Amino acid sequence: MAIVASAKLSRANGLVQKIAINRNKETWRRIAVAAPYLWLFVFFLAPFAIIFKISLADPIIAQPPFTPSFDEAGRLTTTFSNYSFLLTDKLYAITYLRSVLMALATTLLCLLLGFPMAYGIARSNSSTRAVLLMLIVLPFWISFLLRVYAWMGLLNNNGVINNLLLWIGVIEQPIPMMYTDFATSIGLMYSYLPFMILPLYASLERMDMDLIEAAQDLGASRTKAFWDITWPLARPGVIAGCLLVFIPAMGEYVIPYLLGGPESLFIGRVLFDEFFINRDWPLASAVAIILLVLLVFPIVLLQRYQARNQEAGS
Amino acid sequence: MKDFIRIRGISKTFGDFIAVNKVDLDIGKGELFSILGGSGCGKTTLLRMLAGFEVPTAGSIEIDGIDVTHMAPYDRPVNMMFQSYAIFPHMNVAKNIGYGLRKEGVAKAEIARRVDAMLELVQLVDFKTRKPDQLSGGQRQRVALARALIKRPKVLLLDEPLAALDKKLREHTQFELMNIQDELGITFVVVTHDQEEAMTLSSRIVVMDKGEFQQVGTPKEIYEFPANRFVADFIGTINTFEGIVTAADDETTSVYSDEAGETLIARGKQLFEVGQQVEIAVRPEKIFIDKERSTREGDICLEGVVDDLDILAIARCIGFALPQEK
Repeated sequence: MAIVASAKLSRANGLVQKIAINRNKETWRRIAVAAPYLWLFVFFLAPFAIIFKISLADPIIAQPPFTPSFDEAGRLTTTFSNYSFLLTDKLYAITYLRSVLMALATTLLCLLLGFPMAYGIARSNSSTRAVLLMLIVLPFWISFLLRVYAWMGLLNNNGVINNLLLWIGVIEQPIPMMYTDFATSIGLMYSYLPFMILPLYASLERMDMDLIEAAQDLGASRTKAFWDITWPLARPGVIAGCLLVFIPAMGEYVIPYLLGGPESLFIGRVLFDEFFINRDWPLASAVAIILLVLLVFPIVLLQRYQARNQEAGS
Repeated sequence: MKDFIRIRGISKTFGDFIAVNKVDLDIGKGELFSILGGSGCGKTTLLRMLAGFEVPTAGSIEIDGIDVTHMAPYDRPVNMMFQSYAIFPHMNVAKNIGYGLRKEGVAKAEIARRVDAMLELVQLVDFKTRKPDQLSGGQRQRVALARALIKRPKVLLLDEPLAALDKKLREHTQFELMNIQDELGITFVVVTHDQEEAMTLSSRIVVMDKGEFQQVGTPKEIYEFPANRFVADFIGTINTFEGIVTAADDETTSVYSDEAGETLIARGKQLFEVGQQVEIAVRPEKIFIDKERSTREGDICLEGVVDDLDILAIARCIGFALPQEK
């Protein structure tokens, strides 16, 4: 009897232990799920809320340099004057538009340049492919700032390119390239090209080459086969690459500052100047909020597209 | 038409590697012709040259009297069914099948009509709007077949059409394929490594090895009268005995084999000289096993002891030890 009872007891013990383990597992699962949300809350949502709050205040010369949200009587003191100022002052509208156009141009150039490169890498044999991918990633090992400085050395009136052209005799006077939109574009394109190539490569690498041959076999020329097969299958990579280039290029500060010169109007620079030069935190916050709204558009569009694709797939 | 497809002196080299070495071949209209061989024998390269994906290093290919040697794949009156099926993953079944016609610029109504007819032929009517990833292997195979057939090519090339299917489905599909070929009368050129498949499917076969043709003939010819040792070994199973020719005339050749301990007699056209060292081969199904010595006229009897028994799916493999081997 005693033995039976103890066996039962130990079984019950085992059960308790099992439940404990399960509970433990459940806790870990919850933590794992919660972690990204927590991350987003602490490092994105909360700062965003703070910035939004500041954008609704008035600038004052104090520490911190904006009016509190509630006055002494406890009444809400918000103002939309920053936004109305941004919307009425032409300079900001032009700056936003220029930034969007520059970012779009950068994205397009990166796509035009990156697609053949990604295609070439995806179609090369595996040993060459490893080397080529390495070459794409290698620049990241050098500081971003150094790489942009290097472009200054290349584009200067007294830089490598001008000196070379003068030496060959193609030009008599150095071409002014530094502190132009051209220099900014080159810098942007150079810096963001890898972000276009890598997602493109990922989607092209998965594609079966037989598909192209099948299209050709069925009467499509090389060009037609490209638009019928390669392009639609690469589209997820194209969209990912374009977003990865467009979004950071839009808010870029360092490249227009170093290569575009003091006159170049770029929203990232305006943001910096308002924060640190003019010390107008509320206006700077409003600039940042509008920038965010502008960037949310393409992301929403992308999500719509993905949702539609999934629907079509099921 | 005996020479609907005329292949003359075709070679293809990749660097130092000779994939196909100066082969000649005629394939008749409406034939179901198989190119049979192990991996790396050059059979796929030959097929790809017919499709236009590889340009021959030397030689010429004519289809229906037109030289297509340097014609682009999209200009040839030839369609191909790929081993991977190569179904466009972003198009549904109907779009896949109609692709060739859309590229030809056929009117929409006509495309719809012909796609429906094709769906009927390959029994996929209910799957018209399905995406490829919602199809089974057998259904994908039929989409690929329908897509390749819809342009009514003069020649349909099939690269290992059944290799991706499981055994049961393969047998079923094999007969379906033969029926469709029979119905449409299109010339089929099939590449396969599966000798059983080639034997049942084809009207004629070419056996390839190392880029060269070993034998061209009907399945029966290749089975009964293999041209050389490679073909004899490659097709089916076979028992070979070494021996010396003791007598030969126009119809039969007698070979005395030390291994068998008997004189073996082969019927056939091959003429050998007396005293020549030869190999004589016997298909297993031509051997009868009995406890009693046969007294029938013309039977050749070898005595042996059963020393091994393997049960295969439908047959039994019996190993014999001949006294001479002891």
